[in-house]
This record gives sequence, C-alpha cells and structure tokens, in this order.
Amino acid sequence: MVNTIEVQGIFKEFVIHHERHQSLKERLLHPGSGTSEKFRALENISFSIAAGETVGILGHNGSGKSTLLKTICGVLAPTTGEIKLRGTLAALLELGAGFQPELSGRENVYLYGAMLGLKRKEVAAIFDEIVDFSEIGKFIDTQVKFYSSGMYVRLAFAVAVNVDPDILVVDEVLAVGDERFRAKCMDRIIRFQREGRTILLVTHDADQVRRLCSRTIVLNRGELVFDGPTTEGLKVFREHLHASEDSTTNSANENIEITSVTTPSGTFDVRSGEGMHFDVAISSAKAYAGHFVMELHSRRGELISRSDAMTSPVQLKPGSNVVGIDIAALPLLDGVYDLNVGIVDEIGQNVLAWSEKAATIEVAYDGREQGIIEIAPSITQL
Amino acid sequence: MSELASAIQRRDLSDAPVRTVSARPSLRGRLANLWGRRELLGQLVVSDIRVKYKGSALGLFWSMLAPAMNLGIYYLVFSVFLKNGVPNFVIYLFSGLIVWNMFFNSVIGSTTVVIARAGLVKKVSFPREILALSTVGATVVYFFVQLAVLTVFLVLLGHQPAWSYLPLLPVAFVTLYLLAAGVSVLMSGITVYMRDMAHLIEVLLQLTFWLTPVVYSYENTIAPALARHGLSWLYFVNPMTPIVMTFQRIFYGATNVLSTNTGQVLHVLPQWSLAHFWVVNLILLGIVGIFYLLVEYLFGRLEVNFESEL
Ligand SMILES: Nc1ncnc2c1ncn2[C@@H]1O[C@H](COP(=O)(O)OP(=O)(O)OP(=O)(O)O)[C@@H](O)[C@H]1O
Ligand SMILES: [Mg+2]
Repeated sequence: MVNTIEVQGIFKEFVIHHERHQSLKERLLHPGSGTSEKFRALENISFSIAAGETVGILGHNGSGKSTLLKTICGVLAPTTGEIKLRGTLAALLELGAGFQPELSGRENVYLYGAMLGLKRKEVAAIFDEIVDFSEIGKFIDTQVKFYSSGMYVRLAFAVAVNVDPDILVVDEVLAVGDERFRAKCMDRIIRFQREGRTILLVTHDADQVRRLCSRTIVLNRGELVFDGPTTEGLKVFREHLHASEDSTTNSANENIEITSVTTPSGTFDVRSGEGMHFDVAISSAKAYAGHFVMELHSRRGELISRSDAMTSPVQLKPGSNVVGIDIAALPLLDGVYDLNVGIVDEIGQNVLAWSEKAATIEVAYDGREQGIIEIAPSITQL
Repeated sequence: MSELASAIQRRDLSDAPVRTVSARPSLRGRLANLWGRRELLGQLVVSDIRVKYKGSALGLFWSMLAPAMNLGIYYLVFSVFLKNGVPNFVIYLFSGLIVWNMFFNSVIGSTTVVIARAGLVKKVSFPREILALSTVGATVVYFFVQLAVLTVFLVLLGHQPAWSYLPLLPVAFVTLYLLAAGVSVLMSGITVYMRDMAHLIEVLLQLTFWLTPVVYSYENTIAPALARHGLSWLYFVNPMTPIVMTFQRIFYGATNVLSTNTGQVLHVLPQWSLAHFWVVNLILLGIVGIFYLLVEYLFGRLEVNFESEL
C-alpha cells in the first residue's frame, strides 16, 4: 500500500514578540527593544498515512493540531523536517476557505477551484454538483460577504469534496453547519472512505472520531504522544486531557483507574431482551466524590446510549471500589456492541477516568426486526 | 467496519506525483511551482479587475480617468503654461506615462496585498508571490488599454512612430514587467513585517517619478549639467530611465525637434543609434532578470513567517 502522507521529523517554531514593533518607525526608534521568544508548536512529529486511511487527530486546545494540518497543507512551512504528499489534496482549515468577500459565490468557487489547482473548465464541469451539494441555491450569485457563516462553510465544504481530491483534510469546520448539513457531510466523508481516499480529521467530537476513524493520532503540547487504534487513542487523549488539568488546577483526582469490567457469569453474551449485570472495578488513590457514566456503541461507532452522569453519583474511597451496573432489559438486536465506562467530576464535565471498549457485548436475537434496537411495534388495521 | 472494508475501492496512487513540503524549498522548486500555478494567476488577475470595478459597466472607463487626468494636467502645465516648446508634447508625455503608470500602480497596489488577503494566505497553499503578481497582471491589462489609446492619439495627430525601433517594444516591455514584478513582490513581503513601509514607498515613488524623464526631457534639461561633472551615469542608475526613453524613442520618434517657441533645435532624446538602444535594453533586461531571481530568493525567506506575522 502506498503512503499518501509521510511526515518526517517536523519541528515548528513560532517567534512570539512580547512587544511588537510592526512599523519601521518604531523599529528605528527602539532598536533592539521588544523581547521575543521561540515557541515550539510542533516537536519532532513523524508518521505516515497509507492511501485509504481515515485518521483522527486529537489533542486539547493549543496542542498543535491546526499547526500540523497547516504544515501538511503547505500553508505553513515547517522549521525543520519534510512532508511528502502523494496525490491531490483539498483542505478545509478552520472556518472557511479564505473566500474573497467582494466576489459572488460563483466567482469564489472558480477562484477556490483554481487555488486547489483546477482548471476553469474542470470547475465548470462540477459547478452544478457543488451548488447542489451546498444548497446555496440562488445565493450563489450573491456576494460572499452577505453569506451566513453556515452558508460560507457549506460552500467551502461543497467545493472541497467535489474537486475529487485524493486527500481530504478537515479542521473542525463541520461544527458550524446545521444538523442536516452535518449529516450530509458525514455521509460524504463515509463515501470518501469507501472510495479509498485518505482523510485527515481534526475534531473535538469523540463520537465523530469513533465513528469515522480507525486510527488516531494524539498530540499533547506539540508532541505526538499516541499513534494507533482509535479505542486506545481516545483513552490516551482523555488521560492527557485531565493530566494537563491536574497541573493547573491541582485537583485531587489523580490516579483513578478503571481496572476491570466483569459479569457474574463471566460471559458477555446475552440474549436480546434479557437483563445484564456488570461489576466495574475502580482503583482510586484518594477519596473522591464523582459520577459514573456508561456508554454503549455499535460496531459502526454509533452511540446507542450514554447514561446521565448527573444521576449516578459514586463515592470512591482510597483503594479498590466496585460499581455495579444493572440493565433490566437490553432491547438490542443481533450484533456486537462496545461498552465504555468512566468517572466524571461532580459537574459532569471533566472525565477523570475512562475505559474505552471496557467490554464487548454480543447480543443474540431471534426476532425478525432489523436495525439496532427492538421496539416491537404492534400493528393493527383500524 | 468489516463490511465496509470489502466495499473499499482502491485508488491507485502509485504513479501520482509526489510533492514535498520542506523548511526551505529551493529557488528552482519555487519557480517551477509558480509556473505550475499560472492558471491561478490568470484567474486572480480577472478577479482583481472585477473587484476593483464590480458593478460598474463603465469600469474600464473609470480606470482610465485618473491617467487621463494626469496626462491632461501635465500637458497643461508643461506645454501650455511653462511653454517647453516641444511639438506634439502630448505624445512624448503619454509614451512615458504609460510606462510610469504601470510601474507605479503595480508597486502601490502590491505593498499591502498580502496583508489584505491574510485570510487566504492563512488557509490555502499557493505561491504567495502570486498575490503581488496578480496586481501587476491587472496593471498590464490597463497598460495595453492605454497603449491602444496612445495609438489612437498617434493616428489622430498624424504622428509617425519610429518604425525601425518598434522591435524594441517587446524587450522593453518584458524588462518593465520584470522590474515592476520584482519590486512589487519584494514590497508585498516586506510590508508584512513593517506595516508603515507603504508610506515610505509612496514617498520614494514620488521621488523616482521626478528622477525619470516623463514630464520633462532629460537631454533638454539636466543632461549638459550632469555631463560637465561626469555624473551622467548617476541618472541612469534609475532603471526606469532607459525603459521610459525607449518607449519615447519608439512612439515620439524624433530625437531633435524644432521648438514651437523659438524655432531653434531642441534635443529631446539621447542621440543613441538603434544598435545602442538594443545594447542598453538587452543589458537592462539581463540585470532586471537577475534582480527578479534575487527577489524570488528573498521573498522565499520572508514568506516563511507570514503566518505568524499576519
Ligand atoms: N501564528 C502563530 N504565531 C505564534 N504562535 C502560534 C501561531 N499559530 C499557533 N500558535 C501557537 O501554537 C500552538 C498550537 O496552536 P494550534 O492552533 O495548532 O492548536 P490546536 O491544537 O489547533 O488548538 P485548537 O483545539 O484550539 O484548535 C498554540 O499554543 C498557539 O498559541
Ligand atoms: Mg485548531
């Protein structure tokens, strides 16, 4: 399998000016004044991505995700290191494509197409598809400065996915569209996956990563701390998320760990409609009052259910703890499901411990319904 | 995922060209990249012209208004009020002004172009010098419109250009283009770091205008004085001088004319032979070509930090 993206030893340093002299006059008047300092936004990042892979990039704010994507797209030159790209690339970097506000949507589509390396008649050939996809309609001839931010992103996304790129790079842009458009983008991304295109995705939405990406790269303060399967990636990401919190808020939540998930019978096989019981073993370094959460995911990564954290308080004592989960009846259909469990803080915002794919449940179902859950409708002619 | 995997089509990318993003791409690589994006340059020129004159059908007419005003004012001042005695002075003036206008508008328009398009620079990868080059491209369009107007003037006034000098025109034009492009690209990069550079540029351009023989004749004014002190070369350090003189030699035609005031002979242009003009123009083309490469190299160093300065 050929690699479409090869990142080799990328470093990126920014110079931070503490006192900016951006004019000639000031520089002449205050020579040598204004201190500056080097800031490393990326530190020795190397990885390669094979054709057809979908890779999620995770990391908390300021960890260097956007910087990494910008260097890959060639918007930003790395300080040292090299990136090799095979095939054409279309990118959507943070809100919008840099459209020219004075020009109409139509003119911007042509211009943006040219930016991505297309000839005018190549853009003309896909123009209608772009407009259809964006659902901009008659606004296509309106100046872009009158677009809403959602319309702007829709048009940008429509161009990026219709130019037939081998590599698609998306940085948190999907958050702006309305729900329907977001679903449409998701569909298109999934279609891209089937078509064997390479996709690089930055998002803070763990569900999205779980659903789309088989592989995840986690950045922390400019360093690559994890590169591997998404399930582990999400775990590493969550650990780093609260690790970095600890250093600032110094809350007493270190070393809570979910050690195991077991069932009384020892098996995770269940018949549809039957109940289930899990024992979750948790070790904690200190006493802690938090909340317990569980999630159930389908194998496609869809979230089936997430319990309400606010109604499940747990008092962890130092040492080992056991939390029981009782599910009265599991109305799931045939299939394999993943159970995630975790501990969150009192306000239900910060994840203190997380176990991704803590258990895999296999459900056997004898009925004829299709889908994910059984709702057993009774149908009568009236 | 498993049922998906079987459905995945394999895109064969084994023959696809490999692009490399590195800390400092070579000059050759950058020029090749620039050449590869000429289609984009064309589209940017068109959109530049559109943005400037959007919504006005008379766009091109308006764009010609300022140069026409300048031409009229200079003609009134130098020919009518100051009575410089040069016959058909409007032709002399016009042939120099179209050269100056192209240079001036390119540089003025380019100084802030990278800053103005920061949104684009931060989001899309393309050779950044294309922004300045598209401004220069738009002025090239106006240059040709003005050239057409000049031709109309020549016909109306029944003025014969120097036909044998006409082949110099493309050479002088390419030199002008490279010079305007070089200065514009360099300035577009420098102003990102020093925002008030734009004001300094304006002043320097004013100065250069008066050091270029556009509204006056060099031969007829300061040439003798400079020659006496052996300083003639100083005047020709300004690369715009030979370019403007070549255009004037082509369109105005004559070097010596009879004054409309006194009837005496006026030396309007240098007495250079055609061969001399060729040598001057080719040497200048070589120098300006090297200058442009130097600018490309310098701009490559400047553009690395655009993202954090914008
Ligand atoms: N142009 C710049 N000049 C100076 N520092 C910068 C510049 N761009 C980014 N940085 C710094 O680099 C670090 C990484 O920024 P980056 O935008 O890559 O973060 P991110 O992971 O995308 O964050 P977010 O989740 O908020 O989008 C930040 O600390 C930021 O302050
Ligand atoms: Mg970001």
